[in-house]
Amino acid sequence: MAKEQVVRVKINGRDRQALVEPRLLLVHFIREVLQLTGTHIGCDTSHCGACTVVLNGKTVKSCTMFAVQADGGEILTVEGLIKDGQLHPLQEGFKQEHGLQCGFCTPGMLMSSYALLHNNPNPSEEEIRWGISGNLCRCTGYQNIVGAVQYAAAKMAGAKEAKIEEGVAK
Amino acid sequence: MIPPAFEYLRPSTIPEAIALLQQHGEDAKILSGGQSLIPMMKLRIARPAFLIDINRIAGLSYVKEEGGVLKIGGLTRESELESSPLVCAKYPILTDTTHVIADPQVRNLATVGGNLAHGDPANDHPATMLALSAQVVATGARGERIIPIEEFFLSIFSTALQQGEILTEIRVPVPPPHSGGAYFKLERKVGDFATAAVAAQVTLDGSGAVQKVGIGLTNVGPTPIKAKKAEDFLRGKKLDEANIRQAAQLAADEAQPSSDLRGPAEYKKGLVKELAKRALSRAAERAGK
Repeated sequence: MAKEQVVRVKINGRDRQALVEPRLLLVHFIREVLQLTGTHIGCDTSHCGACTVVLNGKTVKSCTMFAVQADGGEILTVEGLIKDGQLHPLQEGFKQEHGLQCGFCTPGMLMSSYALLHNNPNPSEEEIRWGISGNLCRCTGYQNIVGAVQYAAAKMAGAKEAKIEEGVAK
Repeated sequence: MIPPAFEYLRPSTIPEAIALLQQHGEDAKILSGGQSLIPMMKLRIARPAFLIDINRIAGLSYVKEEGGVLKIGGLTRESELESSPLVCAKYPILTDTTHVIADPQVRNLATVGGNLAHGDPANDHPATMLALSAQVVATGARGERIIPIEEFFLSIFSTALQQGEILTEIRVPVPPPHSGGAYFKLERKVGDFATAAVAAQVTLDGSGAVQKVGIGLTNVGPTPIKAKKAEDFLRGKKLDEANIRQAAQLAADEAQPSSDLRGPAEYKKGLVKELAKRALSRAAERAGK
């Protein structure tokens, strides 16, 4: 067995570390070592995007990266979306707009949508479809997922406006 | 799928990485974006005993113009090239290309250097770089060596990079005024390799005739193909419909596709012809015909 190495990450705001074999894939590190099983393994061949997480601000397929590569990095997984017991607007959108049926692709869809809205808060339908083009869903036909992302974009824009108004009022 | 065990090495400078490459010889592989290598390791097509991760080497990721040359650092991510304002403004052929490589997550890790150094004729940048007459900088123990892209692709998964060398930079001559390029690809779905794709880059003279032209073909042979006969035909001619059609036919004749799950060889030749027509027309448009 190859020499084990320490991997330190900040995941969903928490510092975690473990001694792992270099060949351990990031997705196995997240699911089996850190016990965060919200991130799914779908195809395991870099096609389906179910394993998508946000690493240092960018989406990556965690089945196609070694845990040792993420050493020192900051990771956001689906478990990190909820804040103070409140669903993230994207999670709320997927619920309201029926953006899932079986739900298997949903964690990956959420993380890709999260990164998309972070870079482009008001995407067109085409930009949303492009943003989730690395994620496969076999249930919905994507229509409701697009709707869910639009819901979240509108809600987040509204919240921002409300904040600005609040600021002005003060 | 669990890849075979390997020793993980993470150098922080290029000389360190080269020393490790020399020390471990053929048992070592460079880990760049890993988006081709890791899937191959999972399938056990590749089984390196040592992985030399160059991702933490500073200063290998950049896109800049310098001395009449566009320089792309070997470690530049596809997503960085895709969003570079310089590339968007002046090198639409590169934007066309990065935009259709794999999918957003893969482009966040995959590197331009890796896309070339992997030597896969199905990759997209090789054809584009052939059309742009790019050069590749290989850095080894004895310093830098510049390889014209035409001499870079030797056979499937085999390039002119030698043992102990790392692809550190790609150089593209800054196109003169009245230049334009485009990349057209047909893929079965987002993320698939091209069924076929064509890159075309042209420079027109004052009369609108072709002064310089480069045409590259993706995934229709054991290596990426430079369509030299089509290029020779076009030099000195206007990019009118008849000449574009003739050049596209010559490019299709130069393709050497094989029949596979993406379609029969004859179909792919027809596809090259149509995609060449579209790429040349778009290139002419962008050159301001």
